[in-house]
Amino acid sequence: MSSSWSTYITIGVIIQILAYLWLLLATSKTEVEGADSENDTGHVWDEDLRELNNPLPKWWLNLFIMTIVFGFLYLALYPGLGNIKGLLGWTQEKQFKEEYALVHEARQEYFSQFKGKSIPELAKDPEALKIGGNIFANRCAVCHGSDAQGAIGFPNLTDEEWLYGGEPEDIKTSITNGRHGVMPPFAQVLGEEGIKQVATFVRATWHGKPGDPTLVEAGKQKFQNFCAACHGVDGKGNKVIGAPDLTNEIWLHGTSDAIIETVLHEGASGTMPAHKGVLEPEAIKVVAAYVYSLSHNQ
Amino acid sequence: MKLNHEIVEKNVGLMGVLIAVVVSIAGLFEIVPLMFDAKAVEPLPGLKPYTALQQAGRDVYVSEGCYVCHSQQVRPFVSEVLRYGPYSLAGESVYDRPFQWGSKRTGPDLARVGGRYSDEWHEVHLMDPRSVVPESNMPAFPWLAEEMVDPEQTQKSLKTLQWMGHPYSDEEVANAAKAVEGKTKLEALIAYLQVLGTAVPRSIPQ
Repeated sequence: MSSSWSTYITIGVIIQILAYLWLLLATSKTEVEGADSENDTGHVWDEDLRELNNPLPKWWLNLFIMTIVFGFLYLALYPGLGNIKGLLGWTQEKQFKEEYALVHEARQEYFSQFKGKSIPELAKDPEALKIGGNIFANRCAVCHGSDAQGAIGFPNLTDEEWLYGGEPEDIKTSITNGRHGVMPPFAQVLGEEGIKQVATFVRATWHGKPGDPTLVEAGKQKFQNFCAACHGVDGKGNKVIGAPDLTNEIWLHGTSDAIIETVLHEGASGTMPAHKGVLEPEAIKVVAAYVYSLSHNQ
Repeated sequence: MKLNHEIVEKNVGLMGVLIAVVVSIAGLFEIVPLMFDAKAVEPLPGLKPYTALQQAGRDVYVSEGCYVCHSQQVRPFVSEVLRYGPYSLAGESVYDRPFQWGSKRTGPDLARVGGRYSDEWHEVHLMDPRSVVPESNMPAFPWLAEEMVDPEQTQKSLKTLQWMGHPYSDEEVANAAKAVEGKTKLEALIAYLQVLGTAVPRSIPQ
């Protein structure tokens, strides 16, 4: 704030408080008088009911004066008068930093008990699982569900199927850096007929659903040309880019013919947000251990 | 000194003037200096005005009344910073007219929601919140997927904001209608949500 505005505020506020004080004292000087007094406010009701011009009761007046004293004390100690910082040097930011430092230290100390332990070890540590479960409920359950079983489009974390790998380090990497998986739309490339062929091929080859052999054969060719680059010739997927395994029954978006054709048409994508910086590395490790435990502690 | 009620009470005009004086005093010292002191309204470094699509999404946010249940202000308290991310700064709201700080949190604060969830999640969640968060009491907004953004209206918004001093280039204003052509309100709203609070790094102090 520029110093002229600061001066304006400072002087304005002090004058204002002093003006209150003057008003208060000026109106308190009148004497308390009896009912026969002539000193009234000039209001008359019902012929002879008058309002006497008496001052405020003493206790009430003193309360007012106390608030004015409080006001001056407050303005002396805390920032309130323009740029004047106040004797305590208090700022909202400083108070936050002090409180945060305490909490940060306590968290560091708490998480230090997990240092040097591997994720599989932590997955058997009740304390780590308790805090990991809490963090999961706060941060992860919104997408993956409070039971970690996911939803359509959001992976189930309790089964054996992992888009990006289920090894402890894979889980930690997913949480730390996030993931972004994209299946491009194939409507242009394959056409209606091609999409039908590929879908029939996938269903017939890996899910045992009988299909027209000519469609299957044509679909096989197209799969090798367009899909195998990511999903592999054998349809087993590729964990490096998060291309799903197509040979089992665990499908992120569903396994009906309709949904397979829709995904081929429009593509699909999924994003796991990164948590680097949002959670301390030790906290990420503990959540990873909790997630790991969901499919390993049976 | 003798003060007389009568003069004030029997002159309505004088009383009106005196009331106006008393009522404006606080504003004279609390509000007027901020209007003239440019520092208090400088945008945070890195803060950009909303793109056409984001601005259209912001209009959806306002018209659907999201602010009734969601605040957009992380207060400088440890508990809030741990939950939402770094506390909000005044310079972040410069391009919000009016700001969406809100006053009530039935749902969580959204000041740092940008990038916290994926676009896909927002889509599913806005269409039917309980499909991903079973205990949620947020209403569903399925009509947003069907209603289209009005390109003409968006262009007018940007033009007005440019006139008010938001640093849009003439080109951006000219292309505003095209930028939102064929976009649903859902897409616009998600674009807006995903940019909220991203001018500040999300990292908590380590």
